Amino acid sequence: MSFLNNVITGVSLGSIYAIIALGYTMVYGIAKMLNFAHGDVIMVGAFMCFFAMGSFGLPPLVGVLLAVVVCTVLGMVIERLAYKPLRQAPSLAVLITAIGVSYLLQNGAQILWGAATKTFTPIISPTNAAGEPNALQLFGGQLSISYVALLSIVVCLVVMVSLTLFTGRTKLGKAMRACSEDKGAAQLMGINVDSTISMTFAIGSALAAVAGVLMCSAYPILSPTTGSLPGIRAFTAAVFGGIGSIPGAFLGGILLGIIETFAKAYISTDLSDAVVFAVLIIVLLVKPAGLLGKYVPEKV
Amino acid sequence: MVMPKREPTKLVPVPSTNIIPERDVDKSPILECRHLGIDFGGLTAVNEFNMAIGRTEIAGLIGPNGAGKTTVFNLLTKVYQPTRGTILLDGVDTHSMNTVQVNKAGIARTFQNIRLFNNLTVEDNVKLGLHNHISYGMWQGLFRLPGYWKGERVAHERAMELLSIFDMAHLASAKAGSLPYGAQRRLEIVRALATNPSLLLLDEPAAGMNPSETAELMENIVKIRDTFQIAILLIEHDMSLVMGICEGICVLNFGQIIAKGTPDEIQADPAVIEAYLGKQKEG
Amino acid sequence: MKKINKNSLNGFINYGIVIAAFVVLQLLLNRGALSNSLQSLLVPTCCYIVMAVSLNLTVGILGELSLGHAGFMSLGAFSGITAAIALQGLIPSPALRLAAALLVGGLVGAIGGVIIGVPVLRLRGDYLAIVTLAFGEIIKNVIMVLYIGVDEKGLHVAMSEAGLHLAEGGVTIVKGPMGAVNVPKLASFTAGFLLILVTLLVVQNLVSSRSGRAIMALRDNRIAAESVGINVTKYKLMAFVTSAALAGAAGALFGLNYSSTVSSKFDFNTSILVLVFVVLGGLGSIRGSVIAAALLYVLPELLRQFKLAEYRMLIYAIILILVMLCTNNPMLKQLMDNTIGKFKKQPAAAEKGGAQ
Repeated sequence: MSFLNNVITGVSLGSIYAIIALGYTMVYGIAKMLNFAHGDVIMVGAFMCFFAMGSFGLPPLVGVLLAVVVCTVLGMVIERLAYKPLRQAPSLAVLITAIGVSYLLQNGAQILWGAATKTFTPIISPTNAAGEPNALQLFGGQLSISYVALLSIVVCLVVMVSLTLFTGRTKLGKAMRACSEDKGAAQLMGINVDSTISMTFAIGSALAAVAGVLMCSAYPILSPTTGSLPGIRAFTAAVFGGIGSIPGAFLGGILLGIIETFAKAYISTDLSDAVVFAVLIIVLLVKPAGLLGKYVPEKV
Repeated sequence: MVMPKREPTKLVPVPSTNIIPERDVDKSPILECRHLGIDFGGLTAVNEFNMAIGRTEIAGLIGPNGAGKTTVFNLLTKVYQPTRGTILLDGVDTHSMNTVQVNKAGIARTFQNIRLFNNLTVEDNVKLGLHNHISYGMWQGLFRLPGYWKGERVAHERAMELLSIFDMAHLASAKAGSLPYGAQRRLEIVRALATNPSLLLLDEPAAGMNPSETAELMENIVKIRDTFQIAILLIEHDMSLVMGICEGICVLNFGQIIAKGTPDEIQADPAVIEAYLGKQKEG
Repeated sequence: MKKINKNSLNGFINYGIVIAAFVVLQLLLNRGALSNSLQSLLVPTCCYIVMAVSLNLTVGILGELSLGHAGFMSLGAFSGITAAIALQGLIPSPALRLAAALLVGGLVGAIGGVIIGVPVLRLRGDYLAIVTLAFGEIIKNVIMVLYIGVDEKGLHVAMSEAGLHLAEGGVTIVKGPMGAVNVPKLASFTAGFLLILVTLLVVQNLVSSRSGRAIMALRDNRIAAESVGINVTKYKLMAFVTSAALAGAAGALFGLNYSSTVSSKFDFNTSILVLVFVVLGGLGSIRGSVIAAALLYVLPELLRQFKLAEYRMLIYAIILILVMLCTNNPMLKQLMDNTIGKFKKQPAAAEKGGAQ
C-alpha cells in the first residue's frame, strides 16, 4: 500500500507543479522569457488566501477568488511595467529583470508581512469536526487520500483540459499560439500582440495563485520565500516536458512530483532534489528539447 | 533533426557526359559528386546530383528559388549528412567527415544570409579563417610565450594581405557588424579564402549588390581563382555574373539536375528555358 | 599590430585599477582606517570579483548562459578546505598551504567543469541554463550529505559520520549538513588580490589569443565558426572549464576565510548574484565585471549599518530593475542619454559585446 500511497502523493504534488509549470510554459511560449518571478506570485497568492481566511474569516472559496484576482492583476502589472519595455531587449536583460522582480516580491512581502513562517489554514481542513481525517478511505483505511490531494489532482486536470480547449478553440487562444509562433506576422494579421501577451501573464498568474493555495493547503507553511523552490521545480518540470508545450508542462509536472516523492521515500530525503535534477539532465541529454518539445535545428 | 542512417555507397562510375566540361581536362576533378541525394522526412530535396568540378574551374549552380541549390552547399559542407551518394574531394570520400573536417580538407564557403562574427573586428574575422593555420596552442597564448607573438604577427600580416585583395585593409579594425552590406559579403569571401581552400563555395555573392559592385565582384572572383589557383562553385541569380565568368554551369530544378554545360549550351537548352520561363527578367 | 596593442592596453588598465585599489586599501588597513565590518568584506569581495570575471568568460565571451556557477565555487570551497586541513602536516607554511588549497580548488573545479561540460555543452540556450542550474543544485545537495575525514591513512569519504571509520586522531573535515567545521582561516586579502591578478591574466590572455578568438566566434555565429574549421566542442569546453577552474579557486579562498562553511551558501541565489554582477558590469567586459562585483557586493553590506537595513534588498531589487530598464529600453535609454549627457558611458556599456 505504501507504494500506492506514494504514487498518489506524487501525483497530487505533481499536479501542483503542473499547474505552476503551465504558467511558466505559457509565458515562455509567448514571451520567450524565463519568468523567474513566477514562483513568487505563488507566494503572494497564498498570502492573500491566508489573510482572507485567517484575518478576515472569509470562507475558503472567497479566499481563493481573492488570491486569483490579486495575482492576475499583479501578473499584468509586472508584465506592463517590467517586461513590456524590454520586448526588444536581449534575453539576458529580461532574465535579470525577472530576477529583480522576484527579489522585489520576496522582500516586499518580508517587509509587509514579516519574515517569520506562518501556519497556513488549509482550505480543506485535514480533520473534520469529529476529528477523523478529511480523506477518502479505501481498502478499509489502508489507503487514505486526503481531500486536498484529490482536489489538487482534479483542479490540475480541469486546468489542463480547459487550457487545451482554450488555446485550440477560442479566438484569444489561437491568437496566443499565433503570437508565440511569429509576433510580427500575428501583428500583421490584426492580432493585438500586447494585449495577448498581457492576457497570457494574467492566465499564468491566476494559475499560480490557485497553485499557491493548493500547495499551502497540502504543506501548510507560509513565508516570503515559500514560492521560490516550487518555482524552480516547476520551471524544471516545464523544461522536462518541453518548454512551450502545454501537455509537456502537465506531463513534466506529474512526473516530477512522482520522481520527487519516490526519491524521498526510497532513496533519501536530502537527495530528492539531486535525483530530480539528475533525471532532468538525463532526459535533456537524450531529448534536448524535453519530452514533448520540438527540436528545431537552426536553418543555414 | 534525426537523420536517416546512411549506408556507405559503392563507388559507381558516372558516365563522363555527366561531368561539366572541364577547363583542365587532363587532371582529375577537385570535386566529384556521385548520385548525391538527401531526403527531409518524406521529401526528396536533392536527388541524383552528379557533378564534377575541375581544379581551377569557376562553376555555377543555378536554378529557380527552392530548387535545392543551398541544400547542395549544405551537403558538400556536411551541414547536412547526405541520405545517399558520394562526395569525393580531391579523390577522398568525405563520407565520415563533419563540417570542421571538410573545411580542413579544403572546402570553404560563404552564406546566403551573411554569417560574420559581428562583434569582432574585420581583422579578427579573417584571423578566424586562418585559425587552423596559426600554429600556437592554448598554453602559449595563455602565458604569452614567443610562439604566441610570432603566430599573431604572421596571422596579422597574412590577414592584411588577404584583406587587401578586396581593398579592405583600411577597415581592419572596424567591427564586422558595422560594415555596409557589400563589404560584409566581401569579408565573408576573404574569411573563407583564409582557410586556404581548394574549393570555394559562394552562396549568392552578388545578392543585394548594384551593377557596378557586381562587375567588380566578377573581376575579383576571377582574380581569386587566378591568384590562388583554386576551384570556385557559385550559386547566383544574377545571370550576367553567371554567364560572364562561369566556365561550367549546372542547372537545378526541384532537386534534380536538368542541364549541364557551358554558358552557351545552357542558354540554348530548352529544359532550362522552360524552367526559367517568365522568370528570365528576375534573373 | 594596432589591435594587439589596444587589447593589451585595456588589459594593463585593468591590472592598474586592481593594483591601485589594493595599494590604497592596504594603506588604509595599515592606518586602521577601515572598520571591522569593512575589513571582513575584503576577502569575500576578492572572491566575488574572481567569480564574476570567470562567469563572464562563460556568459559574456562564450555566450552561454550558466545558472550554476556557484556549484563550482562550492566544489572549490570544500576541496580547498579539505586540502588545507589534510596537508597540515605536509606543508607547515600557511601561505604555501593556502596556495596549494587554491590549486586543489581550481583543479577540482576544472574536473567538475569537464564532467558537467562534456554532456551539457551540446545543449543550447535556455536548456543549457536549466541544466547548469540543475548541476549547481545537485552539487549543493550531494555535499550536504557528504562526510569527509582525514587520518594518517589518508582521506575518507562517506555518507555518514560513522561511515568514515577514522583511525585514532583522525579529523572530520566536512560533516554533512553542518558543512566544513574548524576550518583554518588561511585566506588573506593579499592572497585574494593575487588571485584576482591571476584571473585577469588568464582571462585576458585567453581572450586575445587564437583560442579566445575561436570562443568569441562561437558566440557570434556557431555555424560560420564550424565552416571555417573551428572545433565547437573543444573551444566551448575550454572556456567552460577555465571558468569553472577559476570559480573553484575563488571558492577555496572563500571557504578558507571562515571557520565554518555550509554548502547551502553556494546555492542558486549565489549563482544569480554573480550573474547580476556580470550583466550589470557589461557582458564581455572584464573591467565591468571587476567594478560591478566590488561595488554591488560591498554596497548592500554597507547598507546594513544604516536605518534602511530592512529595506536594503528591496532597494537593491528596484535598482536592478531600473538599471535593466534604463539600459535596454530604447525610449528610456534615449532619455537617460539626454539627461546624463557625457556621464552616460559607464552604465550604458552594459549590453555591448566584445572583450575589453
